[in-house]
Amino acid sequence: MNFGNILNQIAEQDPEVFERTSDRRNIIKNWGKRAALTALPFAVGSLFNKAYGKSTATVIEILNFALTLEYLERDFYKKAIDTNQMAQFIPTASALGAIQTIYQHEAAHVSFLIAAIQGAGGTPISQPTFDFSGANGANNGPFATAFSNYNLFLAVAQTFEDTGVRAYKGQAAGLKADNGVLTAALNIHSVEARHASHIRWMRSNLVADPLAAGVAKPWITGNNSNIASSDVQASYNGENVTVQATVPITGFVSTNAATEAFDEPLTMAEVLAIVDGFIV
Amino acid sequence: MKKDVSEKNQVEEIVQMSGVSRRHFLALGSGLALAGLIGTVSSCKKDDDPIVTPDGTIDLGSGDIGILNYAYALEQLEAAFYTKVVESFASGFSATEKALLTDIRDHEVAHREFFKAALGAKAIPGLTPNFSSIDFGNRTQVLATAKTFEDLGVAAYNGAGQLIQDEAYLLLAGKIVSVEARHAAYIRDLIAPGSFANAEVIDANGLEMSKLPPAVLAAASSFLTSKISGNNLPTS
Repeated sequence: MNFGNILNQIAEQDPEVFERTSDRRNIIKNWGKRAALTALPFAVGSLFNKAYGKSTATVIEILNFALTLEYLERDFYKKAIDTNQMAQFIPTASALGAIQTIYQHEAAHVSFLIAAIQGAGGTPISQPTFDFSGANGANNGPFATAFSNYNLFLAVAQTFEDTGVRAYKGQAAGLKADNGVLTAALNIHSVEARHASHIRWMRSNLVADPLAAGVAKPWITGNNSNIASSDVQASYNGENVTVQATVPITGFVSTNAATEAFDEPLTMAEVLAIVDGFIV
Repeated sequence: MKKDVSEKNQVEEIVQMSGVSRRHFLALGSGLALAGLIGTVSSCKKDDDPIVTPDGTIDLGSGDIGILNYAYALEQLEAAFYTKVVESFASGFSATEKALLTDIRDHEVAHREFFKAALGAKAIPGLTPNFSSIDFGNRTQVLATAKTFEDLGVAAYNGAGQLIQDEAYLLLAGKIVSVEARHAAYIRDLIAPGSFANAEVIDANGLEMSKLPPAVLAAASSFLTSKISGNNLPTS
């Protein structure tokens, strides 16, 4: 039910969302019927999309959506740093330093977004409980060893960062009416991309030949996660676009370069479906 | 067949409406398809046209076309820089670094050619860069310049977002800026590992420090022989 909880929480902060979608009871009723679909993110995502299309999301809803993702990232790195103090799994001081830098940025984003939401007259969404194993609170999901297995930790970090980049990108148009908020969101978006690049670089430095097939580069090639787990694929689906605004980019560069040169957005519903398993 | 005829008629109509010469308009390449990107009617308005003034200064134009030309100018600069870097690598670059710098060159060429195609007849001319201050045989100088360009590019796109009117252009800028940020972080890590997002570019709120066109153009001008003016760019 966690996905329903996010829906309800965002709606509680903005009751009008359901009025705009015209039939609150119907949505709740459908939601009850479809609760079992949490195991099928795309089905739930499409339900969410109908109830909560991005064209109707307000600035406060978008900021609360962003805050949810920043809570997730902040707590993920915090748990890594805390766990590492008790049982070291981050191998070097420089790696730990990078994780601390990224953690500080995510913590600053949380504070900034809370202030921005309050400043806009909204109520910041309360902090969810997270299950970083990706099992909705059962703590036995595919990423259960992320805080002891360094490779897995970096893989999850990469996925969170790349997803964050796509999430902010998908909301830019919805913030267009407010220049200050739009600029702030763009200024967070590029920081997430810098994080993603660095995490990817850290991962490539762990292998003997960073140019070998399947090794992550700082940018996203095709729709490849470069992670040996199908559980993260939804974060990369749709990244392999080679035509931008009717212009075929493959007319200028290779297919790989054409996909790398442009990062693609995700909708709010797609992102919430992706992070669903991490939220209790 | 019918569709082709009707598309041709639409092109004729737009051309007649706008007074743009047919040959010029069709030089866009795929005609209507691209006209769709820059918006049929607004793209044919005269007042947002970039112009070359009598003293040779290239004015980027106004409105969204001006912002797209602003981005096109920066991408021209970056693409020209990495093309020179890759043509003859300075000593000291590893095989991995050479491969990834070649990737970056390709990304910047893709961005440049995208804007050129999308702008069509509205595009500013090709710019003449001035890289006389850079020793391309010196790894340290090459990386320092790359860092300048990448950080500047990110700050420029972030600052320009609020100046864009059309949602589709805003999304396109978003698709490109995160790739520039990936480049910036990588180049910074090559110079000093762990400097991917340090206090030079990120403020205490964890936000990138974006820049508006006047500051960006001032910084870019030292790498350009061509003179460009953003005097008619939107300011809000």
